[in-house]
Amino acid sequence: MKIVVCVSLVPDSTTKVKIGASGKSIDETGVTFIINPYDEFAVEEAVQLKEKNGGEVIAISVGTDRSKEAIKKAFQMGADKGILLKSVTADFDSYSVAKNLAETIKELNPDVILFGKQSIDFDGSIVPGMTAELLGLPVVNVVTKLEISGNEAAAEREIEGGKEVVKTSLPAVFGAQKGLNNPRYPNLKSIMASKSKPIEEKPFQTYGMTELTGMSLPDSKGSGKIFTDGVQNVPELVRLLREEAKVI
Amino acid sequence: MNKILIVAETKDNIFKSNAFEAVTTGKHIAETLGTGFDVITVTDASDEQLKTLGKYGASKVFHISLTELNSKSPAAGIKYSHSAIASAVSNFANSGGYEIIIISGTAFGKEIAPAISVKTGSAVITDCTGYTVTDGKISMKRPSYAGKCNTNVNYTSGKIVITLRPNVFKAEVSETGSEIANVSPDSLNISAADFKTCVTDVVVSSGKLDVAEADIIVSGGRGLRNPESFKLVEDLAEVLGAATGASRAVVDAGWRPHGEQVGQTGKTVSPSLYVACGISGAIQHLAGMSSSKFIVAINKDKDAPIFQVADYGIVGDVFEILPALTEEIKKIKG
Repeated sequence: MKIVVCVSLVPDSTTKVKIGASGKSIDETGVTFIINPYDEFAVEEAVQLKEKNGGEVIAISVGTDRSKEAIKKAFQMGADKGILLKSVTADFDSYSVAKNLAETIKELNPDVILFGKQSIDFDGSIVPGMTAELLGLPVVNVVTKLEISGNEAAAEREIEGGKEVVKTSLPAVFGAQKGLNNPRYPNLKSIMASKSKPIEEKPFQTYGMTELTGMSLPDSKGSGKIFTDGVQNVPELVRLLREEAKVI
Repeated sequence: MNKILIVAETKDNIFKSNAFEAVTTGKHIAETLGTGFDVITVTDASDEQLKTLGKYGASKVFHISLTELNSKSPAAGIKYSHSAIASAVSNFANSGGYEIIIISGTAFGKEIAPAISVKTGSAVITDCTGYTVTDGKISMKRPSYAGKCNTNVNYTSGKIVITLRPNVFKAEVSETGSEIANVSPDSLNISAADFKTCVTDVVVSSGKLDVAEADIIVSGGRGLRNPESFKLVEDLAEVLGAATGASRAVVDAGWRPHGEQVGQTGKTVSPSLYVACGISGAIQHLAGMSSSKFIVAINKDKDAPIFQVADYGIVGDVFEILPALTEEIKKIKG
């Protein structure tokens, strides 16, 4: 089984966002970059599929040289090969990412393509679906359970207040949600082995259909009414919620 | 010719509130751009139900029967197919020459929007919370980094697919009265090949309200000390008709299901009221809930970051305050 897993490098979720000088991106000073948390579920699922069915796992990332870190993390978890679609800047839109990924994936002709359900920086949740459509393949996103048997796949995907059971056939694209599996911690042996795994570089082409024109911080709230002497303030809190905020 | 097409979503053949939000927003955008709008829906809703869209200003509703669409499926026993619905909407949009397609950013909307954008040659901007119109062109505002910042996004292609974050835009009644036009899947060239994915079952988690859709959320964190204490959070949620939410710490500890997690690796929510109980307010949690209209914090640590985003707060013991709050609200609700 040939499995492709698409990974991206994002600012850690503890990052306090400041707007950079361009006004169009964040100030990266002091920011720690990590593999997108949802991509870890995708990598784990890819490696489990390989362990069960044999085959190989190819990790693909889009970005500058820095994005190799996301591929290396996938290597440590058990991916075999890496491809970096190398861009000069980090300034590209979802369509460009999907289009470049689709072209590379098409040549690889995999059975299963896995993504994290969305990246935690732009939160677009578009790339898995768009890549699938460009490849003419089925897609199921926000997957919490995946069962593959021969050419058939049954996935559970999270929806508001429940889940859907979705049937499809391979090759197909799946977007991983937390709960799909428990991503492994790399051990020393896998970390050592990861160092010799190859990363091929390919050029990235921009096709921009959308353009980010500005970034701003949300309006900060004025200071709230905070009571400091415990349970006796409950009736006053309820009064405020009812009469001032009018929310209950 | 109308330039805007709104996709209205039903659940169990009843329009969801976000369908009315989408219709109202589409109507406003159409008015600003000096064009008209149409609505398309793929559902087995009754004519009477379809007409409710008219209350929100939809003068023309195009209806594709879900049963009729499903009859094109090669497999039996399917509930619906995201891929077939995306094909039907896209083919309809292409034949009608629509330039702006508006979809609610629900689980359903997010699943069909990328395919529709590719099939119609449109750019796509998801999870929008606002828009501006300059020189006849629309520009969208959307949160990034789970709401830690907002971005403004333009599109450089001629066409655009927009998804709207639920519960942000208002639905406004404007009594227009709707004309319903049935569209057959045959006229849209739908075939077996469009059924790439098929939903065969929908499992509802025991009547619980989902944080992503709730108007009030009561959330608990580490301060509750153990999973059993979440009963206090559930009791308050019950009297408020609220959904229960959770911090990442307690989800990772296995106390609560992931579906309840609010924050950067969980759900981003913007209810009218968010009550944070025993949650200190890690930055990734604040990102997911600070756009709530009103925030109440209950925490024993007066320096907890959650108080910085709270409109109201009580510094004190959650084990005392939660039961008292539940009782007090029971009293006023009679």
